[in-house]
This record gives sequence, structure tokens and C-alpha cells, in this order.
Amino acid sequence: MKPRTKFLIGGGLVLGVAVYLMATSIAQTGTYYLTPTELTAKLDTDPSFRSTGVRVGARVVPGSIQRAPGGEEYAFRVTDGARTLPVIYRGIAPDTFTDSVDVVVEGRMGTDGTFRATTLLAKCASRYESAPTRPKYQQTPGYQAARGATHA
Amino acid sequence: MTLIGELALWVALLMAVWATMASYAGGYYHRGDLIESGTRAIYATFAMVVLASIGLWTALLTKDYSLEYVAGHISTNMPSAYIFTAFWSGQQGSLLFWELILSMYATVALLTSRRRSPELIPWAAGTLGAILVFFLATNAFKANPFVRLDWLPVDGKGMNPQLQSPGMAIHPPNLYLGYVATAVPFAFAVAALITRKMDTDWLAIVRRWALVSWFFLTIGIVLGMWWAYVELGWGGYWAWDPVENSSFLPWLSGTAFLHSIMIQEKRGMLRKWNVVLVVVSFLLAIFGTFLTRSGVVESVHSFAQSPVGTWFATFFFICLAVTIYLVATRLRDLEARAELESMISREAAFLYNNLLLCGIAFAILWGTLFPVISEWVRGTKITVGPPFFNTVNVPLGLLLLALTGVGPLIAWRRASVSNLKRQFLVPAIAGVVVLVALALSGMRAGYALIAYGLCGFVATTIFQEFRKGVSARRHIHGEGFAAAFVHLIARNRRRYGGYVVHAGIVMLFAAFAGLAFKTQHDVSLLAGQAYEVRDPYGHNWKFVSQGTSMSETLNRITMGVSLETWRDGKRVGLITSEKRQYLDSQKNPLFQPSTEVGIMTTPKLDTYVVLAGVAQNDQAELSITFNPLVMWVWIGGFVMMIGGLIVMWPQAERRRAQAGYTSVMLPAREIAAEVPAGV
Repeated sequence: MKPRTKFLIGGGLVLGVAVYLMATSIAQTGTYYLTPTELTAKLDTDPSFRSTGVRVGARVVPGSIQRAPGGEEYAFRVTDGARTLPVIYRGIAPDTFTDSVDVVVEGRMGTDGTFRATTLLAKCASRYESAPTRPKYQQTPGYQAARGATHA
Repeated sequence: MTLIGELALWVALLMAVWATMASYAGGYYHRGDLIESGTRAIYATFAMVVLASIGLWTALLTKDYSLEYVAGHISTNMPSAYIFTAFWSGQQGSLLFWELILSMYATVALLTSRRRSPELIPWAAGTLGAILVFFLATNAFKANPFVRLDWLPVDGKGMNPQLQSPGMAIHPPNLYLGYVATAVPFAFAVAALITRKMDTDWLAIVRRWALVSWFFLTIGIVLGMWWAYVELGWGGYWAWDPVENSSFLPWLSGTAFLHSIMIQEKRGMLRKWNVVLVVVSFLLAIFGTFLTRSGVVESVHSFAQSPVGTWFATFFFICLAVTIYLVATRLRDLEARAELESMISREAAFLYNNLLLCGIAFAILWGTLFPVISEWVRGTKITVGPPFFNTVNVPLGLLLLALTGVGPLIAWRRASVSNLKRQFLVPAIAGVVVLVALALSGMRAGYALIAYGLCGFVATTIFQEFRKGVSARRHIHGEGFAAAFVHLIARNRRRYGGYVVHAGIVMLFAAFAGLAFKTQHDVSLLAGQAYEVRDPYGHNWKFVSQGTSMSETLNRITMGVSLETWRDGKRVGLITSEKRQYLDSQKNPLFQPSTEVGIMTTPKLDTYVVLAGVAQNDQAELSITFNPLVMWVWIGGFVMMIGGLIVMWPQAERRRAQAGYTSVMLPAREIAAEVPAGV
């Protein structure tokens, strides 16, 4: 056998193992990434989906975050605009976790309709940048009109 | 100055357009005057981009809040050093920074290679010009840093506190220096494909710039890991986040190229493959830039979603199409000049090295893009996390580590049994000894055991090479130990610099294997309360809370907790972790609170304390992590950097001519043994 053929066989073996590992680990560890609406729809068509771990991406409903006294348990609601989902999370929340931020929660849907999250990732719409915003008073029609008069 | 800056940006765009047209036309019609004009237009583009950059820096340092970019990225009470680095902390500025580096590289590359490879110059200059046109146009039309607000803010919005860190100040420039350097080999590859000239001078240029790219990417990636570790407070340094992955991908293809290029230099093989690697590295760098800026993939640290995404995607596909066409039409010019002779040879080892590096890169690319792919194919987004990347990459990485020991020592063409025995007997024994010793001492994690065994093997091969080289020099030249060591490296920079890099790799792998033993504990402590726990080595730790405190400084309110720390009954010090709320000059809170991690470092173990929050009655909620061997990630990275410097350091022409491959230092019998039988 030519060394070139031998090399190709060896290479094929290595790549085969790599592809096998990729395929099996995607099957075992790949998680659905859904919105609350998609999750509800999935559960309606297939109740056994409850036992599957999923990731849900949505926005925290302002004012819904409640922290259990002394403990590290958070109860809050997330929404994608159409559906709202209550979530319970135990653990340390990231610095960025506050009202109205986009979060990704990973866990399972409980039988009571509350999502039990095992991980909580928060992300700002623009994490490293914040656009300058006009002060409130400058956004009033009166200010705009006056400004228009002087700058026109 | 901002006006001049903005003007300079537009002039730079025009200059780059001229550079592209004049160079390509000059190359096509063999017109020396056009070629000269095109090359000069590249230098002019560089000068204009410098001027535009000075404009933006001036606006930042004079705090000209009428510019949206300035108002959006700094505030009056920020330390000046970070006002300076705000230049590249946002989309618009970082694009300008790209162009600054690219036009500088282009200028240096053209100046240094115009005499040696004049036929390549017009096509390389034209290609570099075309890349500059794309970036400058994106910057000027879609993300202009000189856009003015129609009102004047009293103060800016400040910089995210997590970016106000020395690591973040120097990590992005290094990464950019690495990313952008891939453009130069790409341009010269395009030039070589068009002119069908791929000689040794071409190899030297491409190799040098690939090395520059590799060097800065290495520094950038390690600094990024360090920043994530000390700043983000989740207890690790690598999370397989899409943005991290996209910096790792061109590093992998670049590393593959630096190895396979040696086969082309020595044996004239892999000529197609090397061109492909050069192109892939550049495309991956563009892809990484696209990924961080487009919002296509969910990442915790992406830029704001922005319209430049489509521009980058278009550019990516144009580059891809052009190079596929060029390679396809020139396959015959790229035929190999030799064939693989044996599976037990250095060529084969390097081929497997390339196969593994590319396999790892492909797996990472696949995992990163899997949410997008699965949404296309099946309609639902499926994400894969660290378990996927670890399952695939740990075995492939370990095979690669083994080859790190084999590749440099095995003979070219066909290794004889005596070559194998001489080079690998002692290292193999050393590896097995390490493995058995650790297994006997109670280590049970399979992959970690294999990793340490292989680390022992590779480290011994490197040590053996240095020992042989030094003793040969002492024997022949009668030098002292230190002098022999220095001369050995100085006379054979590529070879021994490479070994130094490999030594760094061994340290990194040893540190990564330590992750298998990481433990984390969540604790709530009142003032005076103690928490006792065992670390992975079996030592007993006691943490006593000294209570929480609050203080206000220049631009932040800080809440902190200190733990008096005891190890095996002996006091080892105080660990302090803080939570900071940054303020603007009117005392309004900026951004979310950020965490300052308390880390106690020893070579064996990092004790990593994060203050997660303070509950009622001043109870501090803490997360305590024992992270074994983390220090070796930073040391390994530093060693790799030194190795890279040794390899890159320019040699004087005279010396280069003298320095043969190994012949200078090996005694005659060693040389005889290196040459395979029958030659």
C-alpha cells in the first residue's frame, strides 16, 4: 500500500471519530433555544417535552424580580411580548440581571407551569455601549419647537 | 481637528480606491508608472488614516461630546488612560483602528518586499487596497465615528466598567494586530496565484506575516482569557462563547499553516494546501469580525446589532468566490514536487498535525454556527454549549499534544528504528512514569491522567533537544553552559524558538487538565462567621468573614467584603471581593454593578472569591472557587510569546546564509544518524 493511501485511511479514521463525537455530543447536549411562545406551542402538541431541558430567551418583565429573603432564590417573569412565563432560579445572578434586560434561562418546565432555571444568563441589548440619550426636558415638544426656532 | 479627521477618512477612501485601480491596471498592462502610483497611494492611505485617527483621539481627549461616538463611550470623570482606549471600544472606532493597522501593515509589507518580489507587488498592493476600500467604505458610510449629535450632552455615557481594566486596554489591539496581519499573506497569495509565481521569496514573505499574525493572536487570546478570569467573575477563563471561538479559529488555521509551510520549504509538498490555509485564515478573521458585529449568533459579548453585518457578509463571499476561482484555475501550477514516502516520517506527523488543527477548527466552527444551521434546516434553534466543545476537542487536543512531542524529532522522509529509539525511548518512559505516579497518588480522571502523561513525554523531548544541543556546543566550541545555551538558540532561532513555544503549549495543557479538579462552593456569611472546606489537593481551608463595607471614590461606589483566610490552620492572608457601581459626574449610576474578584494565587491553586451580593442584615453571599494550576495558563502564554519573539527576530543576512539547518551544532555522528539509510 502506498504511504499516501495509508495516510488517507488514517486521516479518514481521525475525521470519522471527530464527526462521530460531534454527532453524538450534539444529540446528547444540544438544547432547544426557544421563545416563551414557541415553548408553550411545543408543550401543547407534545406534553412529554416537559422533561426535556431547554433554553428560553426572553425579556425580564419590569418589577417582577423577587428575591427570597436571605437565600439565593429569584422568582421573576419573562416575556417575548406575546407570552409571559414565570421563572424560578436558584443560584448567583449575574451583575447584568435587572428589569427589562434580555435573559437566557436554561432548565425545565415544571408541572405547575413555572420554569425551573438552572442557569441564568443576562445580556444587555448593547453590552459594551450605551447610546447617548437626550435629557427628558429636551424631548418635550415645547423644547423642540423653541430649539427649531433658534437653530433654523 | 475632528473636521480634518473626518475629511481625512474620506480622502483615505479615495486614495484606497486609486491604489486598487492603479495597482491592478499597472499589473495587468505591465505599466511601471501605474504600479508606482498605486503603491504610493497605499502609503498615502496610511497617512490619511493616521490623520483620521488623530482626529478621533483628539475628540476623545478633549471630550468633545458633540460627537455621538465620544458621548457614547466616555465620561468626564473617567481615568484618561481609558479615554485613550475608548478609541477601539466601540463599533465605529474599532473599524478605524482596523484600517489604521491594515494600512500600516500594507505600507510595511510593500516597503520591505518591493525589491525582492517586484512582480508580486502590483497584485498584492491592489488586493490590500481593495480590502482597505471595503473597510473604509463601511466606516465612512455605515459606521462613521465622526457623526455629530444635534444637541450637546453635559456628560458622556461612560465606558462599561468591565472594559475599564488594563487587560481590556491591551487585549483588543493585540487581537486586531493578529486578525489584520492575516490580510498580508492573503494579498500575497492572491498575487502569487495571479502571477503563477510561488518561489522561496514568496514563502518567506507569507511565512513572516503569518508569524506576526500568530504572535499577536496568541497574546490577544491569552489576554482575553486573563481579562475574563479576573473581570467577569464566573470562575473560568474560557467559555466557548462565539466571540472567543472566532478569535481562536484563525489562530488554529495559522498554527496549521506555520507547520505545513515547513513541508513546502523542505520538500515542495502541500503547495495547494498552504494557499488554502492562507486564504482560510484571512476569511476566518473576516468571519470573526463579522460574527462580533452582526448579532447573527447570540453571544454575551457582542457589539450592538448594526447594519455593517450585511456588508461584511457580502465582502466575505466576494473574497471566497475570487479565491476559489483563482485556486481552481491554477491547480496545475500548484502540483506537489514530492510524495509522502512513509507514515513514520516528519511529513506524516505534520500532516496529522494539520488534520487535527483543522478538525478542531471545523468542530468549533460547527458548534458556533449550530444554532443558525439548525434553524435553517429544522426550523428550531438548537444551541450547543461547553459539553459539545469539550467532548470533541479534548481527545483531538490530546492527540495534537502527542504530536507536539513526535513532530520535531522524527526524521524526514522515513524514520529508522534507531532514530525512533534514540529520540523517543527516554521521553516515552518519562511520560509513563508521570502517568503511573499520578494514578498511584490517587488521580482518577482519565483525560487528565493522559494529559499529564503526554505533558511529561513532550516536556522530556524538548529538554532532551536542548541538552543535546548545549552539550554539542560545549564539546565543539568549548563554551560554558550559559553561553552554549544562548548561542544554541541564537543560531537556530526557528528551531529552538519553536521548542520554546511547545514548552508553553505543554504548560497550557497541564493547566487545562487542572480544570478537571475545579470545585465551587456557594456560601452566605455574616460578619464573624466562618466557612470550612477542603480544596482539590485535600488541604483544609477556613474563611472568616470580616463583614461588609461601603466606600465612595472618584467614579464609583464600592461594596466589599474581606475574608480572613486560613489553610491547614495557618493564616495565609485576606481575600477581598467587591461589587462596584459606577457613576457619571452627576452621580447618576452608569451600567449595571460590576464585580471585582478576590483571587489568591499560588502555582498550585487559585482561590477565587466572588461577592455575589449582600442580603439583609449584611449577610454576604459569596461564591468560592478552587481553581488548580490556573497560573500556568498565564505563564504558558508568556512562554509562547517569548518563543514567538525568538522565531520572529530578524536575523542578519550574513548569519542567515551561514546558519544551515542543524549542521552547525551537531557532532558528526549525530548528522550521520539523521540521514536516513540509502541516501
